[in-house]
Amino acid sequence: MAARIQIPREARRGDVIEVRILIQHPMETGYRHDDVGHLIKRNVINVLSCRYGGVEVFRADLSSGISANPYVQFYTVAEASGDLEFNWIDDEGQQGSERQSIVVRG
Amino acid sequence: MKRARARLALAAAALVAGVASAQERPIPAAELKSGSAFLGSDLRALQNDDFANPGMLWVERGAKLWSEPAGKLSCASSHKDAVSMRGVVASYPKIDKTNGKLLNLDNRINQCRSERMGAEPLRYESEELLALTAYIARQSLRLPIKTSIDGAARAHFEAGRASYHLRRGQMNLSCAHCHDAQWGKRLLSETISQGHPNAYPAYRMEWQTMGSLERRLRACLSGIRAEMLPYGSQEYLDLELFLVWRAQGLPIETPGVRR
Repeated sequence: MAARIQIPREARRGDVIEVRILIQHPMETGYRHDDVGHLIKRNVINVLSCRYGGVEVFRADLSSGISANPYVQFYTVAEASGDLEFNWIDDEGQQGSERQSIVVRG
Repeated sequence: MKRARARLALAAAALVAGVASAQERPIPAAELKSGSAFLGSDLRALQNDDFANPGMLWVERGAKLWSEPAGKLSCASSHKDAVSMRGVVASYPKIDKTNGKLLNLDNRINQCRSERMGAEPLRYESEELLALTAYIARQSLRLPIKTSIDGAARAHFEAGRASYHLRRGQMNLSCAHCHDAQWGKRLLSETISQGHPNAYPAYRMEWQTMGSLERRLRACLSGIRAEMLPYGSQEYLDLELFLVWRAQGLPIETPGVRR
């Protein structure tokens, strides 16, 4: 599962930073049929979470209403240099993770 | 006197030529509008956002595939940095000098793979082929598309034009009925576009994934209840040449975001 993360490389302590993540995933709703009429099993990313310096700062329960290749954006406060680590898991149990580091000054 | 007459003849010839070319191109250059002009502002913003544009997932994959060996070589071992591909896609489909056949970018990549790299050709619409075509096309971002319909390409161009104007399917429509005669008007909730190929491969909301121009053409054919041709058929290729010629001057937008 490929993903892209965008956060500022650097920030000043106390800055509100924008965090963006785009994950490649079909987000199969469970309502569609394949070419021969069989129902395609639901398979969506159901939890996406982000830890910043080991502390969870964001968690989302996604469901079948979210489009394929979900894009999520949120804000957090730059407190210390460290990693933002994303983890997600889909209905089939496939896990994905991605991390990026930020340098905080001041 | 003689000179004046010659000048008059020249002017007349220019006039005739002008009329002929104006007749040839159904939408004059000044009125050409990319498909993105017919989108809502939200989708246009998504396309222009280099990060959030979902097609960029394929572009990124393409960048990896570019330097991954397939068979004996990788794309990068011959072409070096993909920046060398800037401008390349803007002139496809074009005639291959070695065998005289019309090739689009998909065909060219597969020709490279089977003849030079010793790798298996990639399947049409496969994730790998979409990723590579998207990555290579991305190198030509914002360059105007142009094409040559001279020489051996002429016959393909004429075939493509005939295909474009052929009435098909239960609705008995040709491409021209919507995309030349009715663009800008509403078809149910959608605005009919001019039908230009400058953003493909593109991410289509209806598909929830990336797709090639051929897939888009097949969707159009299905929409007018006509028979869909198989991937890789000559008719699509000829039609692609005609579409590119018809859209000359529009900038490459790959990966486009479309409804």
